[in-house]
Amino acid sequence: MTIVVNGEPREVPEGSTVTNLLRLLELPEGRIAVERNREIIPRSLHSQTQLSEGDRIELVRFVGGG
Amino acid sequence: MKSETADGKNAGTGRLHLGHSSFGSRLLLGTGKYPSEQLMQEALEASGTEIVTVAVRRVDVSKRGHGSLLDFIDPRRYTLLPNTAGCTSAEEAVRTARLAREAGLSSLIKLEVIGDAKTLFPDLEGLLQATRILVAEGFTVLPYTSDDLVTAKKLRDLGAAAIMPLGAPIGSGLGIQNRTHLRILLQEIRDIPIIVDAGVGTASDAAIAMEIGCDGVLMNTGVAGAKEPVRMARAMRLAVEAGRLAFEAGRIPKKLYASASSPEDQMIE
Repeated sequence: MTIVVNGEPREVPEGSTVTNLLRLLELPEGRIAVERNREIIPRSLHSQTQLSEGDRIELVRFVGGG
Repeated sequence: MKSETADGKNAGTGRLHLGHSSFGSRLLLGTGKYPSEQLMQEALEASGTEIVTVAVRRVDVSKRGHGSLLDFIDPRRYTLLPNTAGCTSAEEAVRTARLAREAGLSSLIKLEVIGDAKTLFPDLEGLLQATRILVAEGFTVLPYTSDDLVTAKKLRDLGAAAIMPLGAPIGSGLGIQNRTHLRILLQEIRDIPIIVDAGVGTASDAAIAMEIGCDGVLMNTGVAGAKEPVRMARAMRLAVEAGRLAFEAGRIPKKLYASASSPEDQMIE
């Protein structure tokens, strides 16, 4: 199925969870915030939150800034 | 002049109080624009800071093997202060603050709502709206604002944990251009800290802010953009400490004419 991650369309296996997506992208689970369709998915729910076709996912982290 | 007693925010300990936390250093340092992460790390160390600002941005999902800024910032040593830099509406800033809380597991937020691209002056209407929402959600809100007293009072009344007026445009290095307005803020807002955020270009700028009674100084470009960021970080540490000490010590009044330092009698004739 196709979802949109940080503005880019991306194919992920049917039934993928947030945890699966982060593993697929080789992103560390810690200190990354995940939003699905503008709603934050708390870290504690990553492994049980299944993605659906067309979901818009934002993955953000801290970078240098003032 | 603000006194060290009675109103609580500076009572006794000499520490900077923000929300439920207190800090020994009054210098807040940004983590952007350093030539390298190693230099940033050394500059943080040299500055003695305990609070470092970070920005919230999208992960670049086209890349593999992500290094993290946080590999260079020891969370036991530094408190992270995420910002909402770049946000131009209350809605965007609130969204960014919520993501920052999820990423960092703390409710501190440096709230910025930018109203003008050239000056990066704050959108005060948006700032007030976002402050109201975030305070209700339990955030410790530190708003980057102008030196306007009326706005500062409204921010305080909405529950902001500090007021962070600019001393000059962000990244300009112009120094404290609004000393009189800052002094008015310091006179009229006595129950939460006033932290100068933006404008500091060199050590004397930081010292001036502290000498007039500001509770802290937040800077980034002034250190990160210096020829030698680590030495400038140390200079800023000393300046903030010196300025604070001078404020606490109480400067002499200014006079137009001389007053001799040595005895004027018993002269040799």
